[in-house]
Amino acid sequence: MSDVFSYLFDSASWSGPGGLSEQLVQQLLLSVTALVAALAVGLPIALWLGHLGRFGFLAINVSNIGRAVPTFALLALLARFSWPGSGEFGPYGRAGLATLVALLFFALPPIITQAYVGMREVPADIREAARGMGMSGPQQFWRVELPLALPLVLSGARLALVQVWATATIAALVGGPGLGNVIRLGFANVDRRSEGIAGALLVAAVALVLELLAASAQRAADPVPRDPGRRGGRDLSPIASTVAPAAATDS
Amino acid sequence: MTLLAGSAVVADLAAREPKCYSKDVNDWFCLDYVRDRSDEIQQATTTHLQITVTAVLLGLALAFPLALLARRLPRLEALVLGLSTFVYTIPSLALLPLLVPLTGLTKTTVVIGLGLYCLTILVRAMLDGLRSVPDEVRESATGMGFGRTRLLLRVELPLALPVLMAGLRVATVSTVALTTIGTVVSEGGLGKLIADGKSTEFNAELMTGAVLCVLLALVLDVVLVLAQRGLTPWTRRVRTA
Repeated sequence: MSDVFSYLFDSASWSGPGGLSEQLVQQLLLSVTALVAALAVGLPIALWLGHLGRFGFLAINVSNIGRAVPTFALLALLARFSWPGSGEFGPYGRAGLATLVALLFFALPPIITQAYVGMREVPADIREAARGMGMSGPQQFWRVELPLALPLVLSGARLALVQVWATATIAALVGGPGLGNVIRLGFANVDRRSEGIAGALLVAAVALVLELLAASAQRAADPVPRDPGRRGGRDLSPIASTVAPAAATDS
Repeated sequence: MTLLAGSAVVADLAAREPKCYSKDVNDWFCLDYVRDRSDEIQQATTTHLQITVTAVLLGLALAFPLALLARRLPRLEALVLGLSTFVYTIPSLALLPLLVPLTGLTKTTVVIGLGLYCLTILVRAMLDGLRSVPDEVRESATGMGFGRTRLLLRVELPLALPVLMAGLRVATVSTVALTTIGTVVSEGGLGKLIADGKSTEFNAELMTGAVLCVLLALVLDVVLVLAQRGLTPWTRRVRTA
């Protein structure tokens, strides 16, 4: 274990090409870009369907099929295809584009399900009151539904961010960028094992930091301060929310 | 003489249609490949299914007592949930090799690793499910003289089933996908085909592995949905009413 920390606290292991900082920055960049792209694609669809209150079954089931596609398989396929291929992609490194596309698909299911469920969970009487006050469709959407759905929408984004971050390590299996390379090299080599463990620790630590940052962003954006017993406290933790929306769609 | 024999071989090769998985053609979809390598494919699929099902069952077996414990002792709940969330942040690429010194390059290693990931989802699903049981139902059961065990088995668990099953579906589908990573400890089921297809640039093998993975996940999901319908007939009656 002391080897692990001496490797982590040695500035030489952070610097240079293939060093920890380069891989860390690449993976962060990949995760954040994939998340932003997934939000840009998924949110409008999910929010609009939630507003209409129709086709939600379709949207959620299609995005659940996304869950069934192994990221490893998708990565391997995308890297083999002539597009996106495994070429160098700007600051994202080798096979960067393939990794981005695979992670984008991976981030979509939680974002779509959470946003849709969040919209559907706006109480019917509030919707009706808004209509009764003479609000138009867009007004209802922007001023009533969206603010009330926001905590769940954000919890989807938070869940997606942490999952994408941890999954991005798999890119190393197809020669892609990120800290997965440190882990893979470490475990492939008996005398560099401590480096593999160090890489894993680093990934887990950053995941926790991202989780905490996202949680505080989520709390800051909540329009209604909630008492801890109700939805909004414990219920919004990332894993619970993988389960809850699935339950909601089945009942 | 050798020249003649050589040209005969070339003529012979030209006469035969090259298989769609030969190096020069390298089609993505190739039935000849599936036919010729069916043994290997079947074996990979079986291994994949074995690993997935055992891992999910392991997760379920661990999640059940943990969830009950967390419910009985609220102070433990935060600890149980925190620990299982922490497991989720350990990348699978590292978790599996970390287990190798304990269990070797075996299926057991993959099963333990994936079981731990399932645990995270399943403990929460179990707790959410039990929490979804209305208090008045619990009270009337107690009023009818149900003891703790009977209350749990006859009232709470059946009512918690829809939420629990939803969690089980998510856990199963993600485990099918994650099993492919088992290839880093040389037990990945269909992941082996994917990894091999990638490294040897064998398109048909890669695509077949990927497609079978998705199919397997969808089949297991349908099985679980049907099981849930069978186990909770009352939810269906409510919907049609």
